[in-house]
Amino acid sequence: MDINGQTLPADFSGHMLDMDEDEDLEVFSKKTSHVDGDGNPVPNSPSSMVNQYRLEEDGDEEHRDIHTKDLYITVDDPESHVTAIETFIMYRVLTRTTRSEFDSSEYEVHRRYQDFVWLRSKLEENHPTLIVHPLPEKFVVKGMVERFSNDFIETRRKALDRFLKKTANHPVLSFSPHLQVFLTEADLASHKKQGPGFLSRMGETVRAVANTVRGLKSRPEEFTQMQEYLEVFSSKITSADKVTQRIIREQKEYLDELKQYHPMYVQWANSEDVLADSLKSVADCVERCSKETEEQTQHLSEILCPAIHEYVLCADTLKGVMKRRDNIQAEFAAKNEVLASRKAEKEALQEEVDAHADRLEQANNVLKEDWPRWKSDIRTDLRSALISTAEKNMEYYEKCLAVWESFLFSQRPEPREQSDGDHVF
Amino acid sequence: MGRREPSRGGASAPAQLTADQQRKREVKMMADSDSADVALIGNTDLTSSESENNIVNTMVEKGTALLRKIEINVPEAEKRTGKNTVNMQETYTAYLIETRPAESLPEGSVPATPDSLWRRYSEFELLRMYLLVTYPYIIIPPLPEKRAEFVWHKLSADNLDPDFVERRRVGLENFLLRVASHPVLSTDKIFYRFLTEEKKWKDEVLETGFQDKADSRLKSLSAMYRVKNPDKKFTALKLYSDELSAAISQLLRVRARVADRLYGVYKVHGNYGRVFSEWSAIEKEMGDGLQSAGHHMDTYAASIDDILEEEEHYADQLKEYLFYTDAVRSVCRKHELIQYELETAAQDLVSKKQQKEELTTGTVRIFSLKGMTSKIFGQESQEQRESRLAALEQSIQEGEEALKEKNKECQEFLQTAWEDIERFKEQKDRDLRDALINYAIMQITMCKKGIQVWSNAKECFNKM
Repeated sequence: MDINGQTLPADFSGHMLDMDEDEDLEVFSKKTSHVDGDGNPVPNSPSSMVNQYRLEEDGDEEHRDIHTKDLYITVDDPESHVTAIETFIMYRVLTRTTRSEFDSSEYEVHRRYQDFVWLRSKLEENHPTLIVHPLPEKFVVKGMVERFSNDFIETRRKALDRFLKKTANHPVLSFSPHLQVFLTEADLASHKKQGPGFLSRMGETVRAVANTVRGLKSRPEEFTQMQEYLEVFSSKITSADKVTQRIIREQKEYLDELKQYHPMYVQWANSEDVLADSLKSVADCVERCSKETEEQTQHLSEILCPAIHEYVLCADTLKGVMKRRDNIQAEFAAKNEVLASRKAEKEALQEEVDAHADRLEQANNVLKEDWPRWKSDIRTDLRSALISTAEKNMEYYEKCLAVWESFLFSQRPEPREQSDGDHVF
Repeated sequence: MGRREPSRGGASAPAQLTADQQRKREVKMMADSDSADVALIGNTDLTSSESENNIVNTMVEKGTALLRKIEINVPEAEKRTGKNTVNMQETYTAYLIETRPAESLPEGSVPATPDSLWRRYSEFELLRMYLLVTYPYIIIPPLPEKRAEFVWHKLSADNLDPDFVERRRVGLENFLLRVASHPVLSTDKIFYRFLTEEKKWKDEVLETGFQDKADSRLKSLSAMYRVKNPDKKFTALKLYSDELSAAISQLLRVRARVADRLYGVYKVHGNYGRVFSEWSAIEKEMGDGLQSAGHHMDTYAASIDDILEEEEHYADQLKEYLFYTDAVRSVCRKHELIQYELETAAQDLVSKKQQKEELTTGTVRIFSLKGMTSKIFGQESQEQRESRLAALEQSIQEGEEALKEKNKECQEFLQTAWEDIERFKEQKDRDLRDALINYAIMQITMCKKGIQVWSNAKECFNKM
């Protein structure tokens, strides 16, 4: 009986486990691939179209990002700080650079999570249509990990490290003055006070909501395609994230049960004489397999899970980017309309409209350039995480295989004269 | 460990696999050998079904007279409806028992059609009860479980479920072969009739009156608590059988939970299949790799069904010995009963002799009602005394005869039972070791499948 009270058929091979614990996860059944209203498969990703616009130089520039690290950043050494009001973690940020903008070639500063949040918001503010890498979440949603447990801190540290590395690699963002301040200033507090305040950000949001509808109507095709891709991608990567986390949970529970085998076999061995050796061997084997299972689960938690989760956050970031681009377009459209209706102040308005037009064009171009970069990152990052997972799983099975084969070997009968030459004992 | 090992004892029994069993075995071997290079370390090229067949063949090759004469199979099971004892309609399963002559046939000749009859589980139970009562010094092979126990959640606990019926069919066949390969049990006429006479068997078995010979539960329990000097070997054996029973039960319980969890792990991977497939639709370069990887995830998720099905065989092998411990305890209880009866008879005799002594010497050493009443109501007459003495003498003589008989019974029981226990111990060590090897083989198969799937998936990820 499954949770819906239906009897399951005897042949379970077509069925997958119902994700009944995760409410947002659909019950997976064999559906056909994604199609549009006419039943045609969804068109190719926007990147294939944007690729047409990319010049040779862009390709070189990307290469340069990866291979010439003139800005190298690491985040490490998390330390707990306790004050009267709060407890928080400080991370050490080390920078090595050969860039001329920097006064020195090495810097060491200490930053807390809030500081990273500040940096990121500044980057987004100044580059509304660039894809800024996401930060790890403020709190862990499903409450699997305690706020200051070692695992949590380490996971967060790795994510912060990735954030800075990705940013340093970005052809535009890595030259942001805010990034420089973040990496070099001992005291960030004075810099944080500058810039548009909370209220002005609120104003932006309100305008954004108001403008969204209008913006959507005349959105250029390529951005519509990006939006469509993003919606599906976001949904799928979120599902993949849930699946991965579920697998880890299930494996942990499997491991708990598996660990019970060893004492069972040992206890049984104590009652036997002839069988004792074989039973103890089996006990030994299951113990070793348990260890391998533990290691393999750990690998999933450390490699695949964060990689996928990161892209869940990326997808959310990108949704924000798309919205902001839409806003800029909407604002331009609004201004344009005003210009068209009010012929009197034409000249003054024209300047404004032109400014918005420029802003829009820049926003669009910037996004168009950044998109393929991001797409390529997905490919690299996720592919390598998946390959690593597959390799680890193979290794896991190979090790377990060796364990059981050695058991069989130990159970071989004593060699004896074989009249029948066919058999290898 | 090969099945072509010449059987000890000289009598070479021909390969006792029916065409059906042979076919099944070949299919299994083909299915299992999907990996290109089969490791030839030890017995890893042995499939688990081959290992199981080894147990059967060893039983058979030991060669009882019965098995030299006929071959026994339970090849089919069928659902039936009929009226039961209270005249109500019920659904039950009937099992086909086939017997055929065991002589190897000359090349090219058509095998004779086997004799066959249908039996239901309750008839097997009746047979077993008869054997239990008739051969209390023998460890009677157990029947497969009446109801599915130690189930993990996906496996149906319903008696009419086809998987359960199939496993029961195999278990019943195993039971018959165990009995048929036992040096003593195989000679039993009622057993032979069970295999050959469908309709009249039930009356025949009831006519033996075995039900009256059965020891009452109360008698057995009482003996168990009151016996003073049971044979030390039997006491140790009882303790062992309790330990074995506990060990196997716990192991089976853990196994069921592990199976449940492992099922979950594999099946969740199936969700990757769908996600990757849908994701691949929006990707250009990554699409193909993702799509094929998704298929492999589906394969992985589906593979657990066969894996756990195989593991059920291992569980069944353990269960057989779990149920065997009941039979062992039965024999121990019978010993205690006989020993208790012996002690009681001896005690009786002692007390009677003491009474006689009192009567002759006039001293009252033991409180007796007669003694008290004579004190109150006056001494009895000489005549009365003499007649009592005579009766007592008679009783003593009878008592001595009874004691001698009981002693003989006890000795015989000890001897025959211990012989069977030794035989059983050897069988148990052999069979359980085979089961462990079986388990290892299953694990190896599972690992090989896992390596295959993830290797394929890795290739697909590489193409992304």
